[in-house]
Amino acid sequence: MKLLGNLNWDVTPFSDAINDPSTNTFVAAGAASLVIIGAVSVLILLTWFRLWRPLWRDWLTSADHKRIGVMYIVLALVMLARGVAEGAVMRGHQAMALNGGPLSADHFSELFSTHGTIMILFVAMPLVTGLINIVVPLQIGARDMAFPVMNQVSLGLTAAGAALIMVSLVIGRFETGGWTAYPPYTGKVFSPGEGPDYWIWSVVPAGLGSMLSGINFAVTIYKCRAPGMTYMRMPLFTWTALCTAIMMIYAMPPVTVSSLMLALDRYAGFHFFSNDLGGNMMNYANIFWMFGHPEVYILVLPAYGVWSEVAATFSAKQLYGYVSLVTATMSIAVISFTVWLHHFFTMGQSASVNIAFGIATMIIAVPTGVKVYDWMATLWRGRIRMTVPVIYLTGFFILFVIGGLTGVILANPTIDYQVHNTLFLVAHFHNVLIPGVLFGMLAGIHYWFPKVFGFRLDETWGARAAGLWVVGFCLTFLPLYVLGLMGMPRRSPSFTDPAYLPMEYLAAFGAVVILGALAATFTTYIVSIRHRKWLAVPLGDPWDGRTLEWATPAPVPEWNFAVIPEVSSRDAFALEKEGGTPYAPVSRYADITLPRRTTMGLTVCVATTGTGFALVWHIWWLVILCFTGLLLTMIARAFATNTEQIIPAAEVARQHRRWLDAIAQNTGITRDAECTSANRGLAAPDEVIR
Amino acid sequence: MRRLSVLTILLIAASPAFSQGFLTPLGPVAEDQRAHLIRVTAVTMIAIVPVLIGVPLILWRYRRGRGAAYRPGFEFSLPLEITMWGVPTAIIIVLGGWLWQSTHKLDPYRPLGPDPLQVQVIGLNWKWLFLYPDQNVASIGTLVIPEGQPVQLKLTTDTVMQSFMVPALAGQIYAMPGMVTDLNLMANAEGEATGRNTQFNGVGFADQSIAVRAVDDAGWQAWVEGAGNAPALDSASYAQLGRRGSASDAASALDLPDSRMRLSEPDLFHQVVSSYHDGQPIAPDQQPGAPGYQPEAMK
Repeated sequence: MKLLGNLNWDVTPFSDAINDPSTNTFVAAGAASLVIIGAVSVLILLTWFRLWRPLWRDWLTSADHKRIGVMYIVLALVMLARGVAEGAVMRGHQAMALNGGPLSADHFSELFSTHGTIMILFVAMPLVTGLINIVVPLQIGARDMAFPVMNQVSLGLTAAGAALIMVSLVIGRFETGGWTAYPPYTGKVFSPGEGPDYWIWSVVPAGLGSMLSGINFAVTIYKCRAPGMTYMRMPLFTWTALCTAIMMIYAMPPVTVSSLMLALDRYAGFHFFSNDLGGNMMNYANIFWMFGHPEVYILVLPAYGVWSEVAATFSAKQLYGYVSLVTATMSIAVISFTVWLHHFFTMGQSASVNIAFGIATMIIAVPTGVKVYDWMATLWRGRIRMTVPVIYLTGFFILFVIGGLTGVILANPTIDYQVHNTLFLVAHFHNVLIPGVLFGMLAGIHYWFPKVFGFRLDETWGARAAGLWVVGFCLTFLPLYVLGLMGMPRRSPSFTDPAYLPMEYLAAFGAVVILGALAATFTTYIVSIRHRKWLAVPLGDPWDGRTLEWATPAPVPEWNFAVIPEVSSRDAFALEKEGGTPYAPVSRYADITLPRRTTMGLTVCVATTGTGFALVWHIWWLVILCFTGLLLTMIARAFATNTEQIIPAAEVARQHRRWLDAIAQNTGITRDAECTSANRGLAAPDEVIR
Repeated sequence: MRRLSVLTILLIAASPAFSQGFLTPLGPVAEDQRAHLIRVTAVTMIAIVPVLIGVPLILWRYRRGRGAAYRPGFEFSLPLEITMWGVPTAIIIVLGGWLWQSTHKLDPYRPLGPDPLQVQVIGLNWKWLFLYPDQNVASIGTLVIPEGQPVQLKLTTDTVMQSFMVPALAGQIYAMPGMVTDLNLMANAEGEATGRNTQFNGVGFADQSIAVRAVDDAGWQAWVEGAGNAPALDSASYAQLGRRGSASDAASALDLPDSRMRLSEPDLFHQVVSSYHDGQPIAPDQQPGAPGYQPEAMK
């Protein structure tokens, strides 16, 4: 047995670049260098600014739901940068791929495989999970998640999967069969290398982590709501979070199981999905998409939740059709489990089966359409402010309905026979995931950022970023619809028909615009941090918000609410403001119990990454070491008794009174001054000022 | 709607860019698929156009500071609710009916007429092999069919999962080892088209295209008869086809004058399918299409 398993010096892209210097190997080596340079610069910066202690104390070991949420989003943004860069490289390659192209076919297929895996599991999922983490306890009047340490563990597992994908850029090669990793292509016979193993051991922990998140969110919403917060008084974002949580619980296990079955095929000679001895790849397709289809609704429902909050807040109106929206959300969550087969209408089953799943798919368009109309009705006769979230909302409205149209088209098996596996499909799912999920999450970050950090994001740069995302999306993905109708298959490393070229050039140009959008997004954060004094909203209500989370200071204290609020209606905070009774003084404060800091999540992250890496390279002693460590950590945690910290009532009272005093001394601003430095987070109604 | 369809067809037909897609059909199946696409798009527009027009109007008319009507408490209207739920439901009922009808009508398993021409298709890495058992002809990477006659394809692969598609004639269907799927198609007229595998299967994926020719009766007879003198496709030459490589790689390895071979083993297709069902493991060096495939190692 070799000490380092299958590892040797030839598995890095650097040795490829030395042995075979070409554009292809230089791109790979460049990407690997970026990972190393990025990691090293982070280490240097942390040391230079003496940030190790705060990083450890306030973030890595924190069980605070807001900080865990922020870490999820930071992880997502890092992975987004890689995912977008890969997308741009692919578009650039394909624009030059008439009869060839700069990258090798293997390299190109690694790119589309990592791009898809990263964007779904390590960008969209952490964005959604992060935002739910930050917002839901605040919206329902809770102190934290139901299981704060499990929350850490979920993050640790997701980060472990992401870490392994990053490692695969430097050591070895990734899988080449796409983010779906269909066997038998990804089986041992056809893909003997380490690629599919990297994919498996990235997906399995991420899937487990997301399932745990789902349990955590659902229990939090069921059990930790403030008194009076009945289900039908919950803000819409919380409703969508609940539906997403339920779906995570049921939809994540299939992908964990199918990946582990693939692992058994590859490691232990099983025949679940092999060609011979009764293996059947159709089972993989079914199990994978039992996860895969609900997954897209797991991602998009919270975005719908953001739109509901944004539409109501920025039109200064009550949300139109609350009951309709709740019904529609629940319907989507349920129906989405009955449509998975539309991902393989072309697998040869009977027409009747295809009809059943085709019609089920179309039915989802009804509640989705209702939601879009509900948001339009919310804006109607409002006083709409064109802030950054509303720009994203506008882009969403216009572009998402086009994605809806192509979704209805694809739901028809007869048409799907023609456009399945083509760029038409690629255009469709980007059309729902970018204007739907990504726009929703970016809008949500802009909207709730001040609640977590105490200052608004810069509106000018935010608007530039939003505009670039919209334009970049259109230029990149609308041409792909045309290419798909022309019959160009997805995942093509090269092509021979010069008729594809004009649309390829347009899409490549669009990718450059999207790179600009990404840069503008990051610039927004940097500019805002530099101008944080000017943008500060310490009084906590920068947008004249309607729901509970805005009735707290910004940044919100670790314990969220000095006193758990009592809720008597929907839009409780808006109603208090209308009645002139917000910010009521508190007569009696009590000690607050919060979870103590713990290294549990971090340990799980390190041990899981180690186990995954060792499994990929068959370093069995390291597998045993890391996995035993993982088990021991969990067992040890079960014996820990000192898991809580007490915040004394006096401290809570002191901070709360100081905040109330600051409010009493401030006159507030109308919405006209919302985007100026006069906005300190206290809203004044239009009428009073006049 | 009729005028809209005519307009769309004209627009599409005018664009040479679509010459290989199903928007320029060569047979009845693709024609129906195109018609279905157009009518589905047209009907769905009923739900979408109000959004495309309404959103900019609302944003402009009700922007803050313009002084338009303001109803902050507006949160429910029964007629509006009925419209919001009713119209999409009605659209989906119409579309669902059409979906039902067309999915049965265009079921790839349904023959397009009596006595279709039988063609067996084997997907290999990275080429398609067509067997004409009644004519004793085999063809690598080229599918020739007589125009005006229904054709029934039986598909399998001798490697990983693939998806066979000729957009101008019919949609695609998966082909999988050890399993057989059907695709029925027909060409209305003489013509040429391109087909390919659309399911990614490795570095040669992009090369796995096929030339499709629909020929008249005389052309068909000549093509079939010409195969009589071609090299024979037997177990030994088939083993060579299992190696990784494109159709032209295979043709030059077997020293073929064109794509045709003489099918000397009429049962080849069933042998390939049943090779996955004999209860024996297949070693990596005996699995066609695998990187370690060594046909010499076979008995």
